[in-house]
Amino acid sequence: MVIKGKINKGEYFDSVTLMIVAQKLNGLDGVLDAAVVMNTEENRSILDASGLFIPEFRKAESSDLLICVKAKTDEDAKEALQHVDGILDSIRKEMSDTEDFLPKSLDTALKSMPDANLVLISIAGKYAEREAMKALKKGLHVMIFSDNVPLEDEIALKTYAHEKGLFVMGPDCGTAIINGIPLAFANVVKRGNVGIVAASGTGLQEISSILSDRGVGISQAIGTGGRDVKKEVGGIMFLQALDALDRDENTQVIVLASKPPAEVVVDKIVEKSKDIKKPIVAVFLGSDKKILTDTKIIPAHTLEQAALIAEKISKDENWHSVEDYLGKRKADLVDEKRIFNIIQNFSDKQKYIRGLFCGGTLCEEAQIILQDMVADVYNNITLDKEFVLKDPWKSKKNTLIDIGADEFTLGRPHPMIDYSLRNRRILQEVKDKNVAVILFDVVLGFGSNMYPAEELVPIIKGAQSQSTGKEIIFICSVTGTKEDPQDKKMVINELKKAGVFVFESNAAAAEYAGLIIQNISYKRAKEQSYGKK
Amino acid sequence: MAKSDPFNKDLNVINIGLSSFKENVEEAGAHAVQVDWKPPAELDKKILNVLSNNESYIEKQNKKCLEKILKGAPVLIDLDRAIDVIPGMKKNLILHAGPSITWERMCGPMRGAIIGALMYEGMAKNPKEAEKLASSGEIEYAPCHEHKTVGPMAGIVSASMPVFVLKNETFGNHAYCTMNEGLGKVLRYGAFSDDVVKKLKWMEAVLYPALKKAVRELGKIDLKNLIAQALHMGDEVHNRNRAATSLFYRTIAPVVIKTNDKDIAIKVLEFINGNDHFFLNLSMPACKVTLDAARNIKGSSVVVAMTRNGTDFGLQLSGTKNQWFVGQAPIPDALFFPGYTKNDANRDIGDSSITETNGLGGFAIAASPAIVQFIGGAAKDALNYSQEMYEITAGENNMYQIPALNFRGTPTGIDVIKVNEKGILPFIDTGVAHKKPGVGQVGAGVLSAPYEPFKKALAGFITSLDKKEKNK
Repeated sequence: MVIKGKINKGEYFDSVTLMIVAQKLNGLDGVLDAAVVMNTEENRSILDASGLFIPEFRKAESSDLLICVKAKTDEDAKEALQHVDGILDSIRKEMSDTEDFLPKSLDTALKSMPDANLVLISIAGKYAEREAMKALKKGLHVMIFSDNVPLEDEIALKTYAHEKGLFVMGPDCGTAIINGIPLAFANVVKRGNVGIVAASGTGLQEISSILSDRGVGISQAIGTGGRDVKKEVGGIMFLQALDALDRDENTQVIVLASKPPAEVVVDKIVEKSKDIKKPIVAVFLGSDKKILTDTKIIPAHTLEQAALIAEKISKDENWHSVEDYLGKRKADLVDEKRIFNIIQNFSDKQKYIRGLFCGGTLCEEAQIILQDMVADVYNNITLDKEFVLKDPWKSKKNTLIDIGADEFTLGRPHPMIDYSLRNRRILQEVKDKNVAVILFDVVLGFGSNMYPAEELVPIIKGAQSQSTGKEIIFICSVTGTKEDPQDKKMVINELKKAGVFVFESNAAAAEYAGLIIQNISYKRAKEQSYGKK
Repeated sequence: MAKSDPFNKDLNVINIGLSSFKENVEEAGAHAVQVDWKPPAELDKKILNVLSNNESYIEKQNKKCLEKILKGAPVLIDLDRAIDVIPGMKKNLILHAGPSITWERMCGPMRGAIIGALMYEGMAKNPKEAEKLASSGEIEYAPCHEHKTVGPMAGIVSASMPVFVLKNETFGNHAYCTMNEGLGKVLRYGAFSDDVVKKLKWMEAVLYPALKKAVRELGKIDLKNLIAQALHMGDEVHNRNRAATSLFYRTIAPVVIKTNDKDIAIKVLEFINGNDHFFLNLSMPACKVTLDAARNIKGSSVVVAMTRNGTDFGLQLSGTKNQWFVGQAPIPDALFFPGYTKNDANRDIGDSSITETNGLGGFAIAASPAIVQFIGGAAKDALNYSQEMYEITAGENNMYQIPALNFRGTPTGIDVIKVNEKGILPFIDTGVAHKKPGVGQVGAGVLSAPYEPFKKALAGFITSLDKKEKNK
């Protein structure tokens, strides 16, 4: 055991700093005890008592710093003494700032922002209700991004909010645009006169993005969460939003988007629409077309169609032309020689689509479009027993997968942010000899993956090289606006360069995929009939 | 209804959860505040229901309680012998820090201090005799807090010890505390050597009468004002009392000289001057006399006492009368003096956390940059700690301010409901005693109060609300 010390002449530190230095020395290997103190009478007696007072210290003056270590070996002691000055230096530097204080609760946040008017909640579902209720009691609107919020909590929150004239968007509300500000997963859209109410997140994104890039702005886009239009919640917020958009002087056209609402909710919507003078366009994806017959609501079959109709109305043009336009576009796609060329490159076995979506509504829309065009479209979202996949991890014939469904997202970030699960699935699908087309979506905007092209292009190239000999076609849609942070134009260009067929609406992409599959069958049928001859 | 639509005005967002959402909102040009949210303690559904049913009532009662704390006007009016002024004090009674405890469960420093006190009182000739007497059952023990008294560390008060007499001028109640002995081997850390007793005797024979004369000459000393000034000068009046002691010295020095012989005056003033912590034994009873006036407000979940006896940590609420809620006291993770480590540290001890209970000490650490090193070194850390305490208090002080927070009042009135809901525990400055009696102080630092007593206190509070309902 060795005791060694040194005197730092005229160096002053307060006692607490010195205790920290001593603590650090004590943490060094081979150091048994250490003292770093200013040379006061009291400190000298402390050193004396702990056996750390060396004769050398007698020469020290009161302005000196005394350093002493008790160590296992001479080497350890020397090293520790050399170390001290470094520690003192670093402590001087540490005096600079650390993190700013963040409020720990809504109450405190309100003190720093007394004029707050909306609370965005994205904590684990089981805690969301409490925070949301606190916000409502303070008179604040609420958007709940969190999922897994119990249904009864949703009903209680919305009932309470409705009485106070407040909004509860969500739970499980991925998107809203209020006063031009995108919330959670949302796109940067132009401001304008189309108001949207949506019980579907990517549905809202698709409609608002198509409109915005076509020069038509959004007044407000209110998400309600998918359960709002179910029987239990009864459309409380959907209807409240409809009322609010009716009142809003900046809204001239209203678009409603949802998966099929409960019958009672449709009735309520229809009833309310009677008092609303503004034109209303509705896309209730997959519901019976007839439910809106004889109402003033204009029905649309796809999200894109709803957007296009709204565009026409917004510009005071005849919206009936939309149907013609869409029909012509389809005809143009069919005409394209490229389809023929593409099919030439397929092997005899290639005949199926595999659709891999991060947007649930986009998957649903593709399903609706494709089931009218090709046979045997399986998926993990439908309640139709015949076509629901028993194992969503394994595709079958034509398959469309919503990778944002619960079975995939548990414990993972949403596939709109984290592409890894879908990337792996792409590589898995191309190994299937029967696969001809991979259909997928790319959703831009705040909250989404910031580098879609950089992450997708290598996977697509890898998939093409891994596919079994013959070419695989990649078709995708890009949902988003030119103003989105990802640079839509660049994303599209990069994907095109990688050989992807890129469409600016999900409906068009699905349609094109369907056309290819249809043409494969025609070709095979023809070949067979020629063969027979 | 239309009025409350969020449309067509600036959107100001409070974001609870993914911080990227806050950044996006800001990037899009709106204002947003991020909440550093963490899951609350898991509270029983039944408790939550009772709380939400009584929300406005509790809020009203807490406001009442806070008002009483803020209106408190602690002044020093006199010094006297414990037995002559402390209610219920008697020859064979020893008061101690923290919640009630038996001799068997007492920690080393507390036992040591009792041994010292029995020798000081002349009830035992030597430590052995004193220990025998202490455990014989002849001596009774009670918490200082139950006798309108507080004491730092072991907090031992025996019958003939002189004490400061404080009055709350607004409400007329009194509080008491012994005089601070200084550093080194002292009774409050459990030392009981001859020197310790000798010093106590000197304090009784010289310091006490001299200060008594001086205080009487002045009539009173306004402690609230003095503490408010000290906060502006870098004290938080728990771990740092240098400015407050200086201010006290300036006030008392002329009258000590005026009312005493020169030799005595010199010794008395030297004694005060030589002990930066002299004022601790005034800041503590100042907080005590303030908080005692806010006791017994039904339906108030505000903490009126928070204290440790070196074994247990106990607290009392305004709304639950004199009931103690107790859990194990933590071992402070502190900075240690040379030669000592955490292994030497006793569990947290002392009534001095009464300062935090009154919005001082750790709650006011942002006012005391000189000691921020205890909590990580950067001045901003101290600001953050004080700011975090606003999350769990009923309000802010009207007199005690933090210059670095734009003279914001210190967080005052710990609300046991908020502590439980937010899972944020009171932050306490503390000195660390050696676990063996007689060794003394081995370090200093900060720590968070333990959760257990706060959990129990909430349950006890809920029961008290139930009773209220039945009484209707």
